[in-house]
Amino acid sequence: MQLLSVAQLNLYLRELLDTDDLLRDVWVDGEISNFSRHSSGHCYFTLKEGDAQIGAVMWKSVAARLATLPLNGEAVLAHGRVAFYEVRGQVQLYVDALRPAGIGVLQAQFERLKERLGAEGLFDLSRKRPLPALPRRIGVVTSPTGAALQDILNVLRRRYPLAEVVIAPCQVQGTGASDTVVEALYALYDAAVDVIIVARGGGAAEDLWAFNDERVARAVFASPVPVVSGVGHETDTTIIDFVADVRAPTPSAAAELVSPDVTELADDLALLRTRMTAAVTQRLADAHDAVTWLADRLELRSPENRIRRDRQQLDELLRRATVMLDRRIALAHARLDGERGRLHALSPLATLGRGYAVVRHVAGALVTDAADVAPDDRVEITVRQGTFYARVE
Amino acid sequence: MNETEGYEELYARLQRIVERLEAGDLPLAEALALYEEGVATAATCQKLLDGAALRVRSLAGGLVPSVQDMETAS
Repeated sequence: MQLLSVAQLNLYLRELLDTDDLLRDVWVDGEISNFSRHSSGHCYFTLKEGDAQIGAVMWKSVAARLATLPLNGEAVLAHGRVAFYEVRGQVQLYVDALRPAGIGVLQAQFERLKERLGAEGLFDLSRKRPLPALPRRIGVVTSPTGAALQDILNVLRRRYPLAEVVIAPCQVQGTGASDTVVEALYALYDAAVDVIIVARGGGAAEDLWAFNDERVARAVFASPVPVVSGVGHETDTTIIDFVADVRAPTPSAAAELVSPDVTELADDLALLRTRMTAAVTQRLADAHDAVTWLADRLELRSPENRIRRDRQQLDELLRRATVMLDRRIALAHARLDGERGRLHALSPLATLGRGYAVVRHVAGALVTDAADVAPDDRVEITVRQGTFYARVE
Repeated sequence: MNETEGYEELYARLQRIVERLEAGDLPLAEALALYEEGVATAATCQKLLDGAALRVRSLAGGLVPSVQDMETAS
């Protein structure tokens, strides 16, 4: 047994509390009472639950972060550390975060789960799979009676009516909802779908809670095909959004993400057709050209062509021969004409014209010597115009 | 052509056909046969696009409103 001064006792108590792990980081669920805001800005209040109560301090800097200051009687979740205030010998909660209860508890759970699953790698970006370009079968985990399903079906009907939609109905809120989501997911894993949408329409944060469940997160993580989450509105975030391969802000958006637009598909198809026709037309043209080329080469070497060519050569030779012949004939004519001219120049007929006569024996020999004739010889005398006979005296 | 083949398979096939035709190294008869197949495939694709009506079924037979109910409700 020891004797302690008050200061020693209080110091001991302070250190005792300060070294306790639980008290350093704790959420306390209680009701606000005696709330007062000091002129310094710091807030002092009591957290109550039935007959139990504990004093609480919330510094100005913490209070400044709150959207609204709590009211007396309000159920809250206060986070902070528990410490011993030696001056007054009181145990106090030093609040560093304050949330309305309900949301607060859930929010704290949410943060813890998110942190844990994140650390485990369930949210790793490297795990995210791309969505199939043309899904054949689209699985939908949602309430069979909800507006979300109709939104999804409307989008798919408009954009991508080629698909088959397999609905795995589940409860999307209330007790046991998470279990039905997990069951629905696993049912789809056996249904050979290409992609899965997990959807729920908008609601209060508590209404979306089925999708903040660890089992749901792990079931999504185990999916053999890409999962798109479309839970709540744009501003809502649930654990499943982090685990899913793709996060869509709403159920409709999820449906848009998994579905190609049918008009784009038609355009793609038309383009493929054009390319195909162009390719085969080109191929035919190539084949045609090849045949034409060969046919031309063949034609050049055909016997007919050979004969035709020989005949042509023959014709040519004939033509040249004819030309040559004609030329020689013409030449001969010309030469003949020349000779004829010269002949004419030398002709005795010209001399006869001048009055001379040619005397020939009747036998034909020319008489060029008077001694060649005897009296009574008949001679033939030719003058320019005609011939007559005479008797030598 | 297999009737149970989905649009995605048909479209992928058509893509392969076009690519092979565009390569231009096929014997003519083969190219023409392939072209014929491509035309038929494209026609089937078109038919699927034109005549498609979203098929909806539910895994939980009687537990939820039937597909018919949901269709008419929409």
